[in-house]
Amino acid sequence: MTFDGRVPSTGRTLDGPAPPAGPVGPLLELERVSKSFGAVHALVDTSLELYAGETHALVGENGAGKSTLVKVLAGVYWPDAGTLRLGGRSVVLSSPAAAREAGIAVIYQEPSLFPDLTVAENVFMGRQPLRSGRRVDSKAMRRRVLELLEPLGVRLDPERIARGLSIADQQVVEIAKALSLDARVIIMDEPTAALSAYEVDRLFRVVENLRASGAAVLFISHRLEEVFAISQRVTVMRDGHRVFTGPLEGLTSQDLVRAMVGRDVVERQSSQRVKPGETVLKVERLTREGVFVDISFEVRSGEIVALAGLVGAGRTEVARAVFGIDHYDAGAVHVAGHALRRGAPAAAMAAGVGLVPEDRRLQGLVMELSIASNIALASLGKLQRFGILRRAAESRFAADWATRLRLKYGRFSDPVSTLSGGNQQKIVLAKWLSRHPQLLVVDEPTRGIDVATKAEVHRLLGDLAHDGVAILMVSSELPEVLLISDRILVMREGRLVAEFSHEQASEESIVAAATGQTSKVPS
Amino acid sequence: MSVAIGTVGPGGGTSGSRRLVELIFRIREFGIIAVLLLFVAVTASIQPRFVNSQNIKFVFSNATIFALLAVGETLVVVTRNVDLSVGSVLGLSAFLSANLFSQVHGMPIVGVFAAGLAIGLACGAVNGAIVTLARVPSLVVTLATLYIYRALDVIIVGGGLVVASSLPNAFLAIPTASWSRLSAVPYLAIVIAAVVAASAYCLRSFRPGRELYAIGSNPEAARLAGIPSGKRIFFAFVMSGGIAGVAGVLWAATYGTVDSTAGYGYELTVIAAVVVGGVNIFGGSGTVVGAALGALLLATINQALYVLGISSFWDPAIDGFLILVAISLDHWISVRLTSALRKRSLHHAT
Amino acid sequence: MRPEAALGATEATAAREPPSESQRGGGASKGPGYGRLKWLVRWEGALIIALIATIALGAVTSPEFLTVSNIFSNVSLLYGELAIMTLPMTLLILAGEIDLSIASILALSSSLLGYLWAHHWPMPLIIVCVLAVGVVCGAFNGLLVTRLGLPSLAVTIGTKTLYAGIAEIVLGPAIITNFPSRYTTIGVNPVPYTHGLLSYSGVIFIVLAAVFGTVLHATPFGRSVVAVGWNKEAAQFAGIRVKRVKTSLFMVSGLIGALAGILYTFRLSTAEADNGIDLVLPVIAVVLLGGVSIFGGRGTLIGVILAVLVYCGLQSALLLTNFNANALEIVTGGLLLLSVLIPNGGELMARVRRFYRLRSPVWQERR
Repeated sequence: MTFDGRVPSTGRTLDGPAPPAGPVGPLLELERVSKSFGAVHALVDTSLELYAGETHALVGENGAGKSTLVKVLAGVYWPDAGTLRLGGRSVVLSSPAAAREAGIAVIYQEPSLFPDLTVAENVFMGRQPLRSGRRVDSKAMRRRVLELLEPLGVRLDPERIARGLSIADQQVVEIAKALSLDARVIIMDEPTAALSAYEVDRLFRVVENLRASGAAVLFISHRLEEVFAISQRVTVMRDGHRVFTGPLEGLTSQDLVRAMVGRDVVERQSSQRVKPGETVLKVERLTREGVFVDISFEVRSGEIVALAGLVGAGRTEVARAVFGIDHYDAGAVHVAGHALRRGAPAAAMAAGVGLVPEDRRLQGLVMELSIASNIALASLGKLQRFGILRRAAESRFAADWATRLRLKYGRFSDPVSTLSGGNQQKIVLAKWLSRHPQLLVVDEPTRGIDVATKAEVHRLLGDLAHDGVAILMVSSELPEVLLISDRILVMREGRLVAEFSHEQASEESIVAAATGQTSKVPS
Repeated sequence: MSVAIGTVGPGGGTSGSRRLVELIFRIREFGIIAVLLLFVAVTASIQPRFVNSQNIKFVFSNATIFALLAVGETLVVVTRNVDLSVGSVLGLSAFLSANLFSQVHGMPIVGVFAAGLAIGLACGAVNGAIVTLARVPSLVVTLATLYIYRALDVIIVGGGLVVASSLPNAFLAIPTASWSRLSAVPYLAIVIAAVVAASAYCLRSFRPGRELYAIGSNPEAARLAGIPSGKRIFFAFVMSGGIAGVAGVLWAATYGTVDSTAGYGYELTVIAAVVVGGVNIFGGSGTVVGAALGALLLATINQALYVLGISSFWDPAIDGFLILVAISLDHWISVRLTSALRKRSLHHAT
Repeated sequence: MRPEAALGATEATAAREPPSESQRGGGASKGPGYGRLKWLVRWEGALIIALIATIALGAVTSPEFLTVSNIFSNVSLLYGELAIMTLPMTLLILAGEIDLSIASILALSSSLLGYLWAHHWPMPLIIVCVLAVGVVCGAFNGLLVTRLGLPSLAVTIGTKTLYAGIAEIVLGPAIITNFPSRYTTIGVNPVPYTHGLLSYSGVIFIVLAAVFGTVLHATPFGRSVVAVGWNKEAAQFAGIRVKRVKTSLFMVSGLIGALAGILYTFRLSTAEADNGIDLVLPVIAVVLLGGVSIFGGRGTLIGVILAVLVYCGLQSALLLTNFNANALEIVTGGLLLLSVLIPNGGELMARVRRFYRLRSPVWQERR
């Protein structure tokens, strides 16, 4: 079984070993569960059946109710109505601990480990094996962890402290933890968002092993190609309701999208490709020790250049170095012919550069500040007179951009934490677009965003390019890369290893370059 | 400071990163001992009288109180909290317990220790309750109780005083009693060392101890893992208070005369000791052994300065300087460590 | 790093996914932003009520309370330096840092002032020198926090001790008292044209409060302070020079600490190495009482000004009733606790209730 990232035109399921014969009924069942928060109905009369030995995908736009459903299963929320059944018997999950005890484990997108403690302690915290006198038996703990890791096919040192582990490894630790709790239901909430293709592959092997051993896996993802690659059945949610459940056999991604959105979302071909103009960004032999080496490339006005590669290849770091958040050791960055001072975001901004960062919540926005404040945050200098900030101007400024980007919000003074992921990303974009940059660097522009807004963002980027803005896009979503970029640069382990034009590129060639298998013959 | 980088070991992962980590952690305790010895050597070369039994005894008796306080403070700091009220608790306990000798005729010494312990436990419980139940940051709580307990002390003491003559000789002898053959090392120091060792063992080998570290390392994950954070943090504060209470009794035994200024400003020295001893102010790592050694180092430095004729006015400045050096060093180490570990991890990812 | 890292409570950690429109259970259109505004108004409203209550209490318990001489000597004069120090502290705490060394800088300035005066330096030069040293002390704090990335709690615990120590080294046990009366007059006479109500430090406080308030609430710098306090990384990504903002705040704090030291020394006509060392706690207490969150981001200067007034009023009212002077510190400590308990009061009651209930659905509604 391989994952090659292709979006199948016809439905395709995994050819894995058949799940072990077991009780016929579902392992975990939600029956007509509802959950509301005040006036908002997050889950309405939703049912779900998870069978042992099956990977079940859960898809839906942001706000569809997926995360609420996960939290109900995890014991974080109590349903207002409906029942949960485990192995046929009705259960009440009164707390996350109760859910754990019932054998339900949730692996989140970004696992939260104890950085100062060892891998072994992370797996067994609170339940460490004991020897005489109730003392922790570290030898037994170490042995157990190795036993747990073996079937997953991952090598980790149990005595290593968790600090510095890659996200992929952290997830493995979480999975080991789940297994140590005899979890029978494993829920993975957007696990692949921060993983490289290689790590995704490894994760899928792990999931396959889990499935083969009889666990029920609930796999939540925005990436439809993964859904097709790894799961047998799928449930689509929309607005708190379950709108579809069934085997993936015979389905296409269009079918799923239609079910999720309720309409056909046509990913428009980005507007007529513009003939690129002058060079806006010129990066020369940029080097940062241990991170990236000898990076040179150009981005011209009207061009969308994508930086592809595995997580850890150094793409985000290059983007950050260009913008000045990070320092670099050698090389130069030129914007519109002028050398840019290193390590100074303010200088980059003055030169007309903007950066939409990778982590929207932690880097792109100040969640507690209002929509207006966030949009205006990079333009405070423009909105002041004699040192005094003009509030009215700020509001008008923000309102203007909110309209242009078709932002959906309650009140302007609301903190941005109240908005959905897609709208939040629009605010980050508004913040930069309002500065009329000549170079816009975007890092994972559509990560964690629903399908409809994703299309809007792509259209926006296309329009920007059409207007002459130079765009450097870091993205791990190959369909996106292939769709909107004019040129694709591939990085691997800190170096630029390949460049493709829009016509030449294909997912296979990009992945091959990113993983260093340039001799592989594309199938 | 060079660190050995191991190769990929059999049976999974790199033992190198483990060795690296262990080395650095051990380095901290060895480092303190090294600095300590260095200081002693330098001072002794200038002033050979420094290493006489009198000075050593004084260092130990000074250090024991702070080492004890440092143990309690470590329990709290490891959970990502801080207890600034220890000085005031010590003062309150010192007065109230020593006063018992004159209030109650024939008061057994054990009883006085029990009273001090009780006072400390109560003060610690108040701190712990407010921090865990009301979820108020411990900085603020203990800053407030620092003042409240001190003020209580002042009100209770009034203009009063406990004088050494009102205290039984057996009591006053406690801090300095020692085996005649090795008169430089008081019994008390040995007892405290045993207490430190026992706490270190408990923190390392029992689940609740490990849970304290987990809470400081990642409070949210600790909660999700089902660790009873509230109970554990409460316990840490109660212990810290109780230990400060006992330290107060020892203080009375050491200095004999107790007024309302006992223990004034001690919290800063305790925190200095803890920080110098390698306990991360953010919690999650550090040992009581390190903290106790930190206390020993500070006491030694203070005594050395005194012996060298440098006025005691330099003490706070030096304490402050040491705190700054210690946290800078720790920060530097942890940054290097994280990036080294991350690079190694990435290297295996592809 | 924020002071709260060494503290017990963690503010509600952000949900793993952005909560949909009203997962908080509030009205969909209004949202918490509106609620936040209401809360703040409530806090300041509460302070106004507290102020009125304090004044009433004072007036009732002592006929002298509302007299000009009392307001001058026991409020305006006595608490001028404390009030002034709350201003930079507010900005620092809003930015997510803290400066425990400000009172030590006060002591150091006093010590330096005395020392230089005893060595017959001309006073104007001394004042410039002292203020400069204050700025340097603040810059040192700022350097350690921004360049070395150390937590300000730990750093300023260290520099608090260090600066106090230097103060002791400079002046030793000496006490200097022979300052000329044209300076020490600030400790005796009110500012002309204020009807005998305001001391010089009081006037300085009013002027500085206006300046700080304007800067905080109406300038880009003030906005960046708040942004940095809420989310340092995002502020950086928006082009805000976080290091510069924080360092300048520390330097201002040092400057104000030095200024307070000068005022303190002249008011008491005494330069001593441990002048004002104990003021750091009341300063922080008052700032927190003013509604500023210890975690950064949330708070207004108006709130702090009101809190200053409440604090001074309460203290002087108690003084007049011959309340045990030592017990005043209990009041300070108590106010500090109250100021952080109240926002968490709802949480506290809920948890206490749960404590007594069996196996209740603890996780039903998460913040």
